[in-house]
Amino acid sequence: MRGRRRMRKIRLSKIYSFALCGKGTLEGEHSQIGGQGFSRVVFCNEEGVMQNYSDNSVRSTKYTAVSFLPKSLFEQFRRVANFYFLVIGVLAMTKLAPYTAVSAIVPLCVIVGATMIKEGIEDWRRKTQDIEVNNRKVKVHKGDGVFEYTEWKNLRVGNIVKVEKDNFFPADLLLLSSSYEDAVCYVETMNLDGETNLKLKQGLDVTSSLQDDSNFRDFKAVVKCEDPNANLYSFIGSLEFEEQKYPLSPQQLLLRDSKLRNTDYVFGAIIFTGHDTKVIQNSTDPPSKRSKIERKMDRIIYFLFCLLFLIAFVGSILFGIATKDELDNGVMKRWYLRPDDSTIFFDPKRVASAAIFHFLTALMLYGFFIPISLYFSIELVKVLQSIFINQDVHMYYEEADKPAHARTSNLNEELGQVDTILSDKTGTLTCNSMEFIKCSIAGVAYGQGVTEVEQAMDRKIGSPLTHEQVYGTESESDENRKSSDRKTRIKGFNFTDERIMNGNWVNEPHADVIQKFFRVLAICHTAIPEVDEDTGNVSYEAESPDEAAFVISAKEIGFEFFKRTQTSLSVNEWDPVSGNKVERMYQLLNVLEFNSSRKRMSVIVKDEEGRISLLCKGADSVMFERLALNGREFEDKTLEHVQQYADAGLRTLILAYRELDENEYKEFNNAFYEAKNSVTADQETLIEEVSNKIERNLILLGATAVEDKLQNGVPDCIEKLARAGIKIWVLTGDKMETAINIGFSCCLLRQGMRQIIIHLDAPEIQALEKGGDKMAISKASRESVLRQISEAALQLTASRGASQQAFALIIDGKSLAYALDDSMKNLFLELAIRCASVICCRSSPKQKALVTKLVKSGTRKTTLAIGDGANDVGMLQEADIGIGISGFEGMQAVMSSDIAIAQFWYLERLLLVHGHWCYRRMSSMICYFFYKNITFGFTLFLYEVYASFSGEPAYNDWFLSLYSILFSSLPVIALGVFDQDVSASFLNYTNKECKMSSSAGAGSSAGCSTDSLVRQWFSSFA
Amino acid sequence: MDLDSGTSSTVGARVQAIPGRPAQHGALYQFKQQNLPACKPVLTPATVIATFLLMGFIFIPLGLITLRASNSVVEIVDRYDIECIPEELRSNKLLYITDDSISKNCSRFLKVPKSMRAPIYIYYQLDNYYQNHRRYVKSRNDKQLLHGLGDNSTSSCIPLESSGDLPIVPCGLIAWSVFNDTFKFSSGSSELKVNRKNIAWKSDRNHKFGKDVYPFNFQNGPLIGGGKLDPNTPLSDQEDLIVWMRTAALPSFRKLYGRIEEDLDADDVIVVQLMNNYNAYSFGGKKKLVLSTSSWLGGKNDFFGVASLFIGTFCMLISIVFLLLHVKNPRPYGDAMYTSWNKKSSSS
Repeated sequence: MRGRRRMRKIRLSKIYSFALCGKGTLEGEHSQIGGQGFSRVVFCNEEGVMQNYSDNSVRSTKYTAVSFLPKSLFEQFRRVANFYFLVIGVLAMTKLAPYTAVSAIVPLCVIVGATMIKEGIEDWRRKTQDIEVNNRKVKVHKGDGVFEYTEWKNLRVGNIVKVEKDNFFPADLLLLSSSYEDAVCYVETMNLDGETNLKLKQGLDVTSSLQDDSNFRDFKAVVKCEDPNANLYSFIGSLEFEEQKYPLSPQQLLLRDSKLRNTDYVFGAIIFTGHDTKVIQNSTDPPSKRSKIERKMDRIIYFLFCLLFLIAFVGSILFGIATKDELDNGVMKRWYLRPDDSTIFFDPKRVASAAIFHFLTALMLYGFFIPISLYFSIELVKVLQSIFINQDVHMYYEEADKPAHARTSNLNEELGQVDTILSDKTGTLTCNSMEFIKCSIAGVAYGQGVTEVEQAMDRKIGSPLTHEQVYGTESESDENRKSSDRKTRIKGFNFTDERIMNGNWVNEPHADVIQKFFRVLAICHTAIPEVDEDTGNVSYEAESPDEAAFVISAKEIGFEFFKRTQTSLSVNEWDPVSGNKVERMYQLLNVLEFNSSRKRMSVIVKDEEGRISLLCKGADSVMFERLALNGREFEDKTLEHVQQYADAGLRTLILAYRELDENEYKEFNNAFYEAKNSVTADQETLIEEVSNKIERNLILLGATAVEDKLQNGVPDCIEKLARAGIKIWVLTGDKMETAINIGFSCCLLRQGMRQIIIHLDAPEIQALEKGGDKMAISKASRESVLRQISEAALQLTASRGASQQAFALIIDGKSLAYALDDSMKNLFLELAIRCASVICCRSSPKQKALVTKLVKSGTRKTTLAIGDGANDVGMLQEADIGIGISGFEGMQAVMSSDIAIAQFWYLERLLLVHGHWCYRRMSSMICYFFYKNITFGFTLFLYEVYASFSGEPAYNDWFLSLYSILFSSLPVIALGVFDQDVSASFLNYTNKECKMSSSAGAGSSAGCSTDSLVRQWFSSFA
Repeated sequence: MDLDSGTSSTVGARVQAIPGRPAQHGALYQFKQQNLPACKPVLTPATVIATFLLMGFIFIPLGLITLRASNSVVEIVDRYDIECIPEELRSNKLLYITDDSISKNCSRFLKVPKSMRAPIYIYYQLDNYYQNHRRYVKSRNDKQLLHGLGDNSTSSCIPLESSGDLPIVPCGLIAWSVFNDTFKFSSGSSELKVNRKNIAWKSDRNHKFGKDVYPFNFQNGPLIGGGKLDPNTPLSDQEDLIVWMRTAALPSFRKLYGRIEEDLDADDVIVVQLMNNYNAYSFGGKKKLVLSTSSWLGGKNDFFGVASLFIGTFCMLISIVFLLLHVKNPRPYGDAMYTSWNKKSSSS
């Protein structure tokens, strides 16, 4: 164990040229410390010093034991209906009441009590979660260099904690040191920003040596920093340590709820605790979503209130007339009522006030128009409905033991009203497991695997008559393939080619190129190997699945990368000369890592012979222009293969290398070192420039192709949903070619569809970009996007009459940014709605949310967003319904979703079966509720005609009060939970979501007529 | 239903694709999967026509039977409130009823249309009398009726809650306005015996009105409403009061007065000697005397029979119309011609 830890003590900061730039200075912002907003002073590791900051316990509950009663009561009576019944209950205490006070108050108490119990149970669940979090354990310094476990809630500002690998940080920490010598640590911030890649944090040099528990015996430091705030990406502070002052930046701050990865342990000083932490300052309540039916229902309730007031008004006028008539010049008419000796409520001499009081009485009496138990019954029914959804075995994913999970039951019926589905691609439509499937080396294509996209293509080309058969046999062979794969399956590797595997590559014509090709794969990456000490197997921790796929495939071919030290990489290579595996060590000189603007990564290594070479891999768009003149030997062939791979739905990367001589490298290294150590703001650009210079004159090796696998049943499901009239938009971060390919493979795009592609790759704009004038670029881009949109709209209009051709809109992220502008977004939406499929590529999480918002507000129809990653959270929360795929990419999407399912194709059952049922059940239940209460209320009113509008109820008190909550609610609830207008298999069979048709009167079949009736009924109110 | 069996295979295949789930066939499992067998009647023309026909066959005989029962009841209704006022006072009815010096004696002659079998129920009927008025209904004290003075909270009896210091027993508007016309019957020379016992509900007598509650200070006020009560008879035996206190739901109501326990023959003339005490004139009410026999269905009421006949005939008619329509324009079962999506595609 000790030895291993030694091995891990490497200076990883060397690998990262870009991520670690940006050291703070004490000038500028840091001069604010001590001023307003920067008043926090933390005495680290000083037990005695009292610090007046809150403890580290967090509370996410809505109520406390004390506030529960008043607060939840207040919540309850904010509902109009409940407030009305409260007023009625109070009035019932007076003489005005037509019935006894108890019978007015009991139903209210039952309903409010039941709802409060429900709230209480929900809050209790949150409470137990809080307790779990607050009682998590972490090692904290107890003095004398001894660290002991304690609960999170006991932590105080200034404590020194030791967080071990794969644990969450208990509070916002100042990183002091880590198991790496240069105080570097890896952090997974998925819970904060949803990005799955690891972030690098680095402590200050002065504290990096505090690597042992005992170092903290006498450690003292003072941190002065900003007050708690919600900004995750900024932190300003200073550390006073050994009478020196050092500036602190976000680079030293470890945020609560992020996770320590790839690092054995870190030491940190607690700066913000509990509710002061940035993540909790940041947490907002998720938007509460209400279904359209409920909103419509509110309108009906208001309508009923109007009706109630009207009837009460009519009743009291008639009562006034009848009462005034009692005394005719002092002679009593209905003497048995004693009008001569009356109270204010019945006095013929004071008719006006009697009528006003009677109005109040009538409001109470006709209160049965308002169904008191409606809200509660709806909630109950929805909970029961979601239990059925959770129980459904058709949506149970056996392999991961994951059933569907309706997290909020509010939106069940909304599922039946979905008009547009906005889907993420990676992890939702695809599995997010990358498989190395093909490659092109030295202009020769290797790899015999068939991708799903190719299968889909074949299927499309196959004649429609034999479609079923083809599909049937294919899915069988699919099954076979999968089952045979499973035996020998290596995750990330699906490459079969006898020419290369098992060392056969040495016999190929360009064996040296192949060797270099796989060497690049084995060396040019940032993955970290982990050797299982018992079996000797190597596994890798990589930043992205693509990278893992590369290293794994290099290993499978015979280039096993197994050790990374601070300065070197060790690879077990197949030696073509001896035919044995030999261990080769490459000295790692520099890493120029990948980022989205560079679109490439390079490493500079020195091999055992002392040759320095630069190995590079990157996107085709940036790589081909960097090739040397003598390195273009295979360019044409490779380009052709890359095109083929892209057509087959594969992700491609170009590999190239370059040999450097000593002087050239020295020159580069000096420039690079200088750039890295510069403290100016444009440090990053400087580094980029230097790297740019060295990454030139490359020699092309070949291209890799990685398959992004589609999930089970996706094309089938999409086709069914499309046939049900649901529009599907794909919002993906991938590049356009990949997105289009996936679109084809999952039936979203079809042969014969006209594709409208909106992009900003026009030469004139690229020319402008080189010029760098931002204003000019944005102006030209805007004009270009506008022109493309209007041209497309014209095309659509032109073809409308002529043919039945379907259109598909594909737009890239840059254009989308302009298309979502206020000035253009309506045009864009109009165009998008008229297209059968829409794909937005290269879109950021923010853009995903914006598009969702645009569709939601623009079409005023129900939108459903489905996604699995934290980058989809915005989209899920924005849409009317957010569905999370409980896949492998963490739980963030699931946590912010309304309903979680394990597989995309469950959506079919969820929408077409459960959605249909729930919508119908809910709408008929609400109608039933209003029906029963209106009929009941009207009998009361009609009876008044026979009781001279005196306000005498037709029914017994208890019958009145129990009618709504007991006698007549159970049948309605049963209808709301169990009713099936048509069976599940029928719904699956027809695939038509009848209610989707907007023409209310049209439906006349079994499935549709009822819905349209309900809707007619509703619309007559709305 | 045909569709169910035809398409279950697609779903079934997926169920089988998930092996290893225990107890897939239990009733509870089927319930959780919302798969329990259900009856979903399909409204085909045949079933609809048959249903309507069946309803016709049920309701027409039902209506006939009940109408027959209702018709077998012999009922004599005699409105006496106007007739009992002497001719000269008819223009000033209020004077007649409020002046105690005017004799309220009145004789009515009722001819029996058909022979009536005992028991013959005697009702008085009041029209336009609002016993269901909220002020009136609430003006009573049930505890006092049972326990007498033991219960003093008579505020609900306003305005007739007390006389002097003591609460009125029984208090309230209802008791105060108790009906007090009396009837005596004779046929030919012999007086007809009227049984005035057991006219109130047994439960009322035993459990609602006290056996030792005496109306000692009843109708002592300045304004006298209805009848007086014998202060020496406990309330539980004052059956007229008990009947009156069970307030009527509608402004036109009958209350039981007594029973004649002899058969009456057709064309008999019954002489009714009545005391026309009760004031129904001030509010334009009507007073009627009703003699009625009963059938297995109760008193005379044609409504149910007529309604049944109407519904039955209506259903028959509908079924015939539907039958004609169906024969003229038949549509195959499961015809999706007019469903929304088919309409849409044909129109666009």
